[in-house]
Amino acid sequence: MGATTAHAHAAGHGHEAHHHEESFISKYVFSHDHKMISKQFLVTAIVMAWVAVIMSLLFRLQLAWPGEGFAFSSFFLGEKWAPGGVLDPNMYLALVTIHGTIMVFFVLTGGLSGTFANLLIPLQLGARDMASGFINMLSYWFFFLSSVVMLASLFVEGGPASSGWTVYPPLSALPKAIPGSGAGMTLWLVSMTLFIASSLMGGLNYVVTVLNLRTKGMKMTRMPLTMWALFLTAVLGILSFPVLLSAALLLLLDRSMGTSFYLSDIHIAGEALDHSGGSPVLFQHLFWFLGHPEVYIVLLPALGITSEIISTNARKPIFGYRAMIGSILAIGFLSFIVWGHHMFITGMNPFLGSVFVFTTLLIAIPSAVKVFNYITTLWRGNIVMTPAMLFSIGLVATFIAGGLTGIILADSALDINVHDTYFVVAHFHIVMGMSAIFGMFAGIYHWFPKMYGKMMNTKMGYAHFWITFVCAFGVFFPMHFIGLAGAPRRYYSYSEFPMFDGVVDLNVLVTIFAIIGALAQVIFTYNFFYSVFRGPKAVQNPWKSNTLEWTTPVEHIHGNWPGPLPVVHRWPYDYSKPGKAEDWVSQITPLEHGEEEH
Amino acid sequence: MTKLLILIVVVLGILAVAQLARVYELTSRLRGKREEDISDSDNRFNGRMMWLFLPVYFGFFLWLCIAYKDKMLPVAASEHGAETDWLMDFNWWILIITFIITNILLFWFAGKYVYSKDRRAFWQPHNNKLELAWTIAPAAVLAVIIIYGLNSWAKITAPASPDAIQVELYAKQFDWTARYPGADGNLGATDFRLINGTNPLGIVTRESVAARLAELDKEISGADSTLAHAILAETKSHELTDQVERMRRNKQRIINLRTLMEQDIIEKGVASPYTHGADDVVIKEFHLPVRQEVKVLIRSQDVIHSAYLPHLRAQMNAVPGMTTTIKMTPTITTDSMRLVTKNEAFDFILLCNKICGASHYNMQMPLVVTDAAAHDAWYAEAMKKPFQAPPAPPAPPVAVPVDSAAVAAAAGNTVAQAQPSH
Repeated sequence: MGATTAHAHAAGHGHEAHHHEESFISKYVFSHDHKMISKQFLVTAIVMAWVAVIMSLLFRLQLAWPGEGFAFSSFFLGEKWAPGGVLDPNMYLALVTIHGTIMVFFVLTGGLSGTFANLLIPLQLGARDMASGFINMLSYWFFFLSSVVMLASLFVEGGPASSGWTVYPPLSALPKAIPGSGAGMTLWLVSMTLFIASSLMGGLNYVVTVLNLRTKGMKMTRMPLTMWALFLTAVLGILSFPVLLSAALLLLLDRSMGTSFYLSDIHIAGEALDHSGGSPVLFQHLFWFLGHPEVYIVLLPALGITSEIISTNARKPIFGYRAMIGSILAIGFLSFIVWGHHMFITGMNPFLGSVFVFTTLLIAIPSAVKVFNYITTLWRGNIVMTPAMLFSIGLVATFIAGGLTGIILADSALDINVHDTYFVVAHFHIVMGMSAIFGMFAGIYHWFPKMYGKMMNTKMGYAHFWITFVCAFGVFFPMHFIGLAGAPRRYYSYSEFPMFDGVVDLNVLVTIFAIIGALAQVIFTYNFFYSVFRGPKAVQNPWKSNTLEWTTPVEHIHGNWPGPLPVVHRWPYDYSKPGKAEDWVSQITPLEHGEEEH
Repeated sequence: MTKLLILIVVVLGILAVAQLARVYELTSRLRGKREEDISDSDNRFNGRMMWLFLPVYFGFFLWLCIAYKDKMLPVAASEHGAETDWLMDFNWWILIITFIITNILLFWFAGKYVYSKDRRAFWQPHNNKLELAWTIAPAAVLAVIIIYGLNSWAKITAPASPDAIQVELYAKQFDWTARYPGADGNLGATDFRLINGTNPLGIVTRESVAARLAELDKEISGADSTLAHAILAETKSHELTDQVERMRRNKQRIINLRTLMEQDIIEKGVASPYTHGADDVVIKEFHLPVRQEVKVLIRSQDVIHSAYLPHLRAQMNAVPGMTTTIKMTPTITTDSMRLVTKNEAFDFILLCNKICGASHYNMQMPLVVTDAAAHDAWYAEAMKKPFQAPPAPPAPPVAVPVDSAAVAAAAGNTVAQAQPSH
């Protein structure tokens, strides 16, 4: 891993400022510039996130006050799907499905990785741009198209896909089983195919850039942890998304061409189907072979962002840099051999289940190391409470709360009784949803000055954080209890089950917190867009950070650095290093005579 | 209307907050403060908030624990469930202790070490001993969790003992059906192509095969004559042609099944699962005797369902195309459970726990657990309505059941669930 020889490509790009005038189209629409592409990803993700948030409010209203009519529901869904403002049961399932799909794939995969991998990889590694600007542009536009197709699927006859975001066949294969499995499901599969193409193009680009385009002196072991996280994320994506693609293609064949990969022995709507010999469990294996790494595709960038922000704002080197890299690698590796823990009760061989219990619980070790290292980084730090720092601390809190309940779910004997209950909903929303979205918010607040050359309003950031933080626990903490009472997820209403009467009132509490939490996002959205246009101008290095992106000029230029590329002399975490005048030392500052690297 | 008003007030409130923040920003900019300079008071405020959050967080947790303690699932009503609950509590204690310690450290440090110009952070890039310690500590704790967990899992998933009785749970959108083996103690073979109004589970017997073939013939000739005589829209006639072809293919497969069945009966005689179906009891009630091990076979007709019995801590998916099984031993009767829970209306519930369609939220069947005597009485009553009435009424009334029961015992209670291949 010697110093990189990255310059063959970048040098030609470099010195002489090549400012051929760019048209509006090539600058803002079909831009090859990684900084613009990152902004495109971010804004698309914010729009998609709002769609998913409104969906969650629609089904939360139904769960809290089942059977009551709401003007809010009829406004968004109309008479067809919310007659009299009361959510239709099929639409309920469609909403939970698309809410999950959008949040997992479009916001926390495309939005999170797309935004920060694009923004940070060239900037933090000292590259002029991504390895291939053109493929990078395609990656965004495939993402955009796939978002459009997903949104279009909301408007088809029969409604959008409704078989849960995991789209298990046969439910997802048979329009006779649920109306959403008609045109809606076809569009879902088309959209996901486009999304996977986008993700693969992005991922390959990220990996190639990290491996080849690091500037002089930027050894792998001098990369910021954001880079390690985004690099591993891209590798996970490249290895796992093709499997989802194949699963989706086989499902398309089963749906339209009469094959029997997943279907067998089905009698529906008074008729025995031809399908014979397939296994629905095969789909689950293929789906979760992506699905579990996907959890870390969502989570790792957030953890990387947090590592960077906690160190910068605690003015203290991240504790155990190499252990952090090691745990990212361990998590990345293990994430590929744990998928079966989603399938303990599918009739999978119990011995195979035991193996998955073992590998899954192993992941708790690197995760615990990360948490301890974060906490130790805070210890005797000098913590600057920027909104980004607040969200990073929030992430550690949600990662603890959600990670611990994962130990219950990974234990197959215990999973039997909480599988597919609200306990699971609570677990993955806290550990994956909240942690990842907190990481994303942290990243937005932290790198907004880099992205837009403006500052976001700090006070609004504080209000946004504290309301969101309290509401996150208000929404998801009670769900553990609903789940431990045995209440299944994806139920339109619990009124048919007297056994849940004791806990359904918690649903009202949850929904109230959800509404307040959603309103807090109005503060964020307002702050974001207002600051893009009217925010105060940023300085070059507002957070006194060591990494390379803060050595570029505030105004974006093509090629990032006006002169030659920076040369790196040290790791990125020289905060409060003894013997230095300032409490930070940029990576481009040469080591003094006799100074140890760290 | 009130809701709309509330909404308007809330939105205005947010705008007001935003405007206040804006005014504050403008005034501080006038004072020459920049947005990225986090003031001492901001640092202090957020540090204090971290400290404040900790007791609020723990308080919320404690309140939920106390207020909802009695609303969780009551005591486990199965043998393995008692062990599962013990294991759950054991895990909870480890997790809650970890939860409390890590959160205290996190929020305490976050509040304590807020920024001060006069201080410098402690330079501490790594500490190998410490890191080793907190790699080994969780590894050791997890080893204990894994060993206990796998031990329970192995017991739960071990094969059922030969004394276990068999019950089948059959799922379809959106209800459950139970099937008991009847007098011969064995469940008959099934095939989904035989499913119709009188044979909802597709049980294979000579009679059901013949009846289904006759029915298909009638349907096929009916559709054929519609195609020949009626004037249909093009799409409609295509659809019908497809359907007729499907029915013909089905008919052929049922004929193949018949051949298989006849061969199997010739080879195995009364041990053939094709001879066990007639006396099966197909019923929309689910009864089990207490303290008797039961092997539950679970199947589905259409999509994946999941048979979830929360009070017995048991769950298994129902997957079309395969038979899944669980074994369990109920330990508390419904009546005792009503006393324990002080709830006259208490019932054990079997519910569907895998998304299966619009009425997924109401796919349930109560489970009645009684003592052995009451169960036998119920079962004897249920067996009076077997899947097929005995074929020849004038035949000697006792001979058939006695014979088949003896054969079943001789065959060592083999599982008669063999799915005929097609």
